[in-house]
Amino acid sequence: MYNFNFHSPGTLDEAINLYNNSEDPKFLAGGMTLLASMKQRLISPSDLIDLRNISNLSEVSLNDKVLKIGSLCSHFKLSRNEIINDKIKNLAKLADGIGDPAVRKMGTIGGSIANSDPAADWPAAILALKSQIITNSRIISNKDFFTGMFETLLEDNEIITSIEIEIPDYFNYKKLPNPASRYAIVGVAIAKYGNNVNVAISGASHTPFIAETISDYLSNNFSNDFPEKTIAKDDLNEDIHASAEYRVNLIDVLTKQIINES
Amino acid sequence: MHEISVKITINQKDYERNIQPNTLLVDFLREELGLTGTHVGCDTSQCGACMVLHNKSAIKSCSILVAQLNKQEITTIENLQKDNELHPMQNAFRNNHGLQCGFCTPGMIMSAISLVNENSNPSEKDIRKYLEGNLCRCTGYQNIIKSIEEGAKDMKEPRITNV
Repeated sequence: MYNFNFHSPGTLDEAINLYNNSEDPKFLAGGMTLLASMKQRLISPSDLIDLRNISNLSEVSLNDKVLKIGSLCSHFKLSRNEIINDKIKNLAKLADGIGDPAVRKMGTIGGSIANSDPAADWPAAILALKSQIITNSRIISNKDFFTGMFETLLEDNEIITSIEIEIPDYFNYKKLPNPASRYAIVGVAIAKYGNNVNVAISGASHTPFIAETISDYLSNNFSNDFPEKTIAKDDLNEDIHASAEYRVNLIDVLTKQIINES
Repeated sequence: MHEISVKITINQKDYERNIQPNTLLVDFLREELGLTGTHVGCDTSQCGACMVLHNKSAIKSCSILVAQLNKQEITTIENLQKDNELHPMQNAFRNNHGLQCGFCTPGMIMSAISLVNENSNPSEKDIRKYLEGNLCRCTGYQNIIKSIEEGAKDMKEPRITNV
């Protein structure tokens, strides 16, 4: 790992000031992807700005039907959080299936979303659920947030402070994990609000996306006779873990598993 | 790059050092303090040989900077034995032949203690799930699971309070 300057600001303003006055800085949350990438010399920031000493970024609260999750909450904390287990149990289960226990202790929801790994679990859930991403300067709709592989709408010096999620009538997430990394080969998140159903897919393409045809069908008829193979395989990843065709099939299989369980 | 000053408590001993910001915890433990019980297996956050305890939970010391742990506390495998007596989890590994080459063992034991801190009565399934982040290249998992089952029972009356 190349060397860098290290900062641990106590406030958001201080963090952004440090960012604006550094040559090629990076914000550091749990570091589960960033530090690994730095060790491999894939990136070499001039300055690391540790966000973990900023207060108020690791709380979970419920206001009427809106769940607010602080960006620096660890996956472990969210997997055990009482409000989440009470209101969206399968979201806590999603958190409990990320990486391994040590990774879940350090890794954060904000870091995962900002990193926008196409095979990560949170982005599919955020996309399926009615939600918005709150930053230090604005509110971004979940539909606009993920713009590409490891790309989001965030400005370089923008920090996610929380994620707001409207409690659904039903939510579930299932993935076929890569046995080594536990990243999703394909992951399917389904959120149901009345008759409105959103099906979001992770792991299958360069970015998480909404499976429109399946969502539309399930919104009218929440049953597993939805039309199959509606995602074009040309749009999906083909790699050593799975062919595109296999991923097309997995999307249908995981969707059916969720419907059967609901 | 600027050195930074860090205060860190390791195995109940306070250290204040000037370090390079890119110092990983595992390198600090092994190179600076000579605590070589914490192993480096893969160095890519896969194998778990470098597990240490932070707030009673196992974390991978190859994937955290000392700079991130300012004013915090870490426990390594060296601090488990007390008064010449093995920690119950260490003892259980010995009793059950829970190690072959032994390279993964410090990490396995730290993970096992972390598990019991969260769940004092883990099932075999709980143990297997918790070991997702620990690899044994000897593939001696059966006896590792047996060891942790016994160690968890023996830890129910904690002999030491800091882990």
